[in-house]
Amino acid sequence: MIRPPTAVAAAGTLNDHGRMDWPNPMTESQEWGWQADIDLPSERGASRLVLDDLLEQLAIHGWEHSDIFGVHLAAEEAIVNAILHGNRLDPTKKVRVSCRVSSRHVRVEVTDEGPGFRPEEVPDCTREDRLEEPGGRGLLLMRSFMTRIEYNDRGNSVLLEKKLGAADEK
Amino acid sequence: MTAIDARDPENTVPMATHRRIDVSKTGDVTVVRFNDKKILDESNIQELGTELFGLVEQDNRKAILLNFTGVEFLSSAALGKLITLDRKVKSNKGRLKMSNIRPEILEVFQITKLNKVFDIRDEEADAVAAF
Repeated sequence: MIRPPTAVAAAGTLNDHGRMDWPNPMTESQEWGWQADIDLPSERGASRLVLDDLLEQLAIHGWEHSDIFGVHLAAEEAIVNAILHGNRLDPTKKVRVSCRVSSRHVRVEVTDEGPGFRPEEVPDCTREDRLEEPGGRGLLLMRSFMTRIEYNDRGNSVLLEKKLGAADEK
Repeated sequence: MTAIDARDPENTVPMATHRRIDVSKTGDVTVVRFNDKKILDESNIQELGTELFGLVEQDNRKAILLNFTGVEFLSSAALGKLITLDRKVKSNKGRLKMSNIRPEILEVFQITKLNKVFDIRDEEADAVAAF
C-alpha cells in the first residue's frame, strides 16, 4: 500500500495561514456570481454539505456537464483528503472550504488543520509498477481536471482553480 | 436459511443481501450493476468494496462483468476498490471486465492509466461475448 496523496497529521488551528501564499487571495473582490465559506466537520461524507450547492451554482452559471464533473471530482478529492488525511477524522477539527463561482471561472480552496504534507513526495501512480496500487490517485485527478492547483508552503491548504477558455483547459 | 455455499456458485440466487450492487447472471458471467449514481460517499464505498469482494471470496465467481450503466460519478476511493477487486479476481484465476462507462468516467480511467489495467468494453453484450 502506498500512502494516500495527502497524508497529513493533525495540529494547528484553522486560520488564514493557508491563504497567505496565494498570488490572488480569495478575499479579493472579483466578478464572482456566488461565493460561500463553510467549515465542514471532519466526518466521512461531509463534502456534500458544500458540494451540492457548488454543483448547483455551476449549473446556474451555465457550466457544461463535463466541466462540472471535473470540478466535482477535484473538489471531492481535495475535501476527502483534508478530512481523512489532514484532520484524520478528528471531531475537534474543521475543514474550511471557500468557493467562488462565475460563468467562466471557479475557485475552491480547501484548508485543513493538519500540519500539511509535501505534494511533490506523492509517488506517481501511473508508473507501471504502481498502476495496481489501490490508492494515490486523488492528486493526479485534481491536477488533470483543473486549470491550476497550488498547495501552500505548509501543505495543509490547496487552491483549485478552473478557468474556461484557458490554454490548458481540460 | 441464507447459508452461503461457495462450492456451488451456479446455485446462487443472490445469497448475500446487496445494497450497493445488483447482481445477475448471463450464462456463466456474473453481471454487476451499481445502485448508486454517484459512487463517492466513503461509507458507501466501503460497503461497495465488501459486496464486490464477496463475489470473489465467498461466491467464488470467476467471470465478473461490471456494467456501469447509470453511474455518473466515481471518486478515487472507488477506483481503489475496483483495483483491489481486479487483483482479487486475478488471484482467484477469474476474469473481470467492465462496460457501459460514460465518457467522463472513461476519462478518469485514461488519466489514471487504469484503462491499461482493466478490460473495458463498450457494451455489456461485447463484454459478455469476450469472456
